[in-house]
Order: sequence, then structure tokens, then C-alpha cells
Amino acid sequence: MDRPGLFDDILSHTGEHLILVLTSMAIALAIGIPLGILLTRRAGLRAPLLGFANVMQTVPSLALFGFLIPIPFIGGIGKRTAIVALVLYALLPILRNTLAGILGVDRAVRESATAMGMTNPQLLWQVELPLAAPVILAGVRIAAVTTIGTATIAAAIGGGGLGVFIFRGIASVDTTQILAGAVPAALLALLSDGGLSWIEKRLSPA
Amino acid sequence: MAPIGGAAAVEFRDVSFQIAGRVILDRLTFRVEPGETLVLLGLSGSGKTTALKLVNSLLMPESGEVLVDGRPTADWDVIALRRGIGYVIQEVGLFPHFTVGENVGLVPRLEQWPERRIHERVAALLEQVGLDPKTFLERRPRELSGGQRQRVGVARALAADPRLLLFDEPFGALDPITRRELQDQFIGLREQLHKTSIFVTHDVREALRLASRIALLDRGRLEILATPDEFLRAQSPQARAFTAVLDS
Repeated sequence: MDRPGLFDDILSHTGEHLILVLTSMAIALAIGIPLGILLTRRAGLRAPLLGFANVMQTVPSLALFGFLIPIPFIGGIGKRTAIVALVLYALLPILRNTLAGILGVDRAVRESATAMGMTNPQLLWQVELPLAAPVILAGVRIAAVTTIGTATIAAAIGGGGLGVFIFRGIASVDTTQILAGAVPAALLALLSDGGLSWIEKRLSPA
Repeated sequence: MAPIGGAAAVEFRDVSFQIAGRVILDRLTFRVEPGETLVLLGLSGSGKTTALKLVNSLLMPESGEVLVDGRPTADWDVIALRRGIGYVIQEVGLFPHFTVGENVGLVPRLEQWPERRIHERVAALLEQVGLDPKTFLERRPRELSGGQRQRVGVARALAADPRLLLFDEPFGALDPITRRELQDQFIGLREQLHKTSIFVTHDVREALRLASRIALLDRGRLEILATPDEFLRAQSPQARAFTAVLDS
């Protein structure tokens, strides 16, 4: 069972995994938070967009990766397809929590802010986003942990990452390989969960 | 009060408002003279809060017009209009993530006053509403009692020296003793500042204590507009319903 170089392998695949997760999360945040804010302003868009994000979450991840392969531009084999799928998964919790966080701001606080002559951007940046931050961050935390887990499946379509060990281990009935993928992925999930929940607590209005 | 014929601080001209087909305000017409405290008195659902929100353009009239300083609210830049009107509501609506000082200094900060001037103004205002700046400046709203919160709310409304103050049942959620204290403070501030105020309440005692004139609203109509003395002598059933409470 002694494998020289396994440790180096784990490090490089963990790095690859992190890049997959960080890229997907960055894109999901860049889409999900502005879209969530838009939904607070346009009630009519809520049902269709949340519905879309909901449906994305219900598609089994392996199937979603598979569906994307034949699609031009965003599909194919490799990291890009993996990232598209991961973004689609991460979107819902971010979108939903941004919406819920902002709509959850006390009505009296919002009315005072408006009545005092805050412009719409001032209301958003000085009142709504700071007060919604803990809720939004809770969504980000869920998205991050899910993405770290789901990203292991990216290896099935050539996306790399820690899933490489897991699929290799399954194929060769090699528990060590499976653990070499699963343990670092679990550790990453725990670390990001802990880190983000710490920030979430710091952001809660004093 | 201003000479007859001068511009009113606020004027309602034939103002109607409906929500989902239900008439909230029915052809409301009255003037608020500069420096006076007009109390809008009425039961829940009489339309008094709606009338107040028409003044700072939180709502717009469906027909008729509301004039502030002689200009229809529709012609005002809404942000400028609101920054010149202090607004105090029952739930106070302090920003929980701001300190007391930041809450009070909000409108001056939006108006980009220099930081030093904001600081002096905030300290002076806290002093004026009976809160020691040293003790309260850095506190958060959740560390305050209900009465203290409403004092901060009043200080915040006064911060940028508004032309007009709107009060929506500001003392309604307070215990009777604190309410009395804040009413006294309101009277004291009015003597110092001579601000025009519109004050919404359903409490006839509060109305009689604070008003220069009382406008009694009944299902969206202006029933009576009278000084407190005249109001006590008014014979209409709606007014009697309120004054009858005083004898009990």
C-alpha cells in the first residue's frame, strides 16, 4: 500500500479542486448576489428565476455534468463544463438567501431610511446589504460546502480535482485511493464551513 | 401663525387616495400653517397615517395635490423633499447596525456635512432630547429602553434642521409615564425650535395636550378642524365619541 508520491499527488489534486471550487463560487457570487438584489426589486421575476435555480438543484449532479457535455461553448470535456455545472448548483442558495436576507430587513427600518431621503443605492449599500449580510453569508456557506463535495464528480468529465482519486479508487477497488480523495475533500468542506460561519457571526449586527 | 393668505407649510387640496378600490382618503382639504402643530386624530383605518405619508411622498395622491411650502409634492425632487422633513414613527426604525451617534447623524452625513460639524450637531441634539452624549453616543439601539430609542428617533428627525416634522403615533408604544415625559419634551422642543409639525395619534388626551389645531379624520373624511378648546365643545357625534373618553 506504500505509494511514493501519493502525498504530492494529493497536494496537486487538492490545489486543482480548490481552483475549481473558488472559480465556480466566484462566478456564482457574481451572478447570484446581483440577481438576488434584482429579485428584491422585481417581484414578478422571483417565481421563474427561483424555479430555474430550484430545478437545477434537483438534477442529479452526475446527470447534469453529462447533460452539459454536448452543449456547445459551455459544454465539452474538461474544467469549463465542470465549472458551469458547479455554478448552476451554487446559484440557488446564494440567490435565495440574498433575496430572503434583504426582504427580511425590518419594515420600519426600511421605511425610515426611505423617509429620511436615502437614494435607492444608499438604501441598498448602507442599510439592506449590511443587515442582510449574515443571511447572505449563510447561503454562501451552504453553496461552498455543497460545491466542494459536488466538485469531486467533476473528475467524471475530465474536470480533475480530488474526484480523480475517488473514481480511480472505485475502478480499481482501492480504498486508499478513495480515501485520498474523500478525506481532503471533507477537510476542505469543514474548513470552509468553519471559516465562513466565523465571518457570519462577526457580521451579525451588533 | 402666518398671516392669512401666505403660503401654508403644508396644504392638502382635494386629496383622495384608494387602496385596492377601498377609499382611504376622501377629498381631504386643509392647511397647516407655519409653526403650528396640527394633530391628525382618528381611529385605526381613518386614513391619518396615509395622509402623513402623502406629505413626504412615501405615497402619492391619486387625485388632488399635497403642497409643501407652496409646491406640489409631485414637483419636488423627492430626495430633497424628504431630507427636509423629519419623520418619527412608532416603531422608531433606528438602524440596528449603527450606533446612536451614527443614527442621529445620518441625514447630515447624507447631506455631506463636514464630519466635525456632524459630531457637534449630534452631541447637541442628544443633549436636547435629554440623553447624555458621553453615555449614549457609542451605544447600539438594542441597548436602549423604548423611551430612549424614541428620544434618539426624535433627535434623528431634527438632525438636519428640517422645515417640517411628521410624527406617526410616536409615543404609542410607550408606558404612560414615559409617554408623558416625551410629550413634555415635545412641547419644550417646540417652544425652542418653532417647527411646523403634523402629529398623528388616536389618543385624544395626547391630541389636546400637543395640538395647536386638531383635524379629526373619520373614514378618510375631514370631520372637524378645530383648536383644542373648540374641539372640546364640538357637538358632532364623531367628536363626542372622542371627548366622551375624557370623562371616564
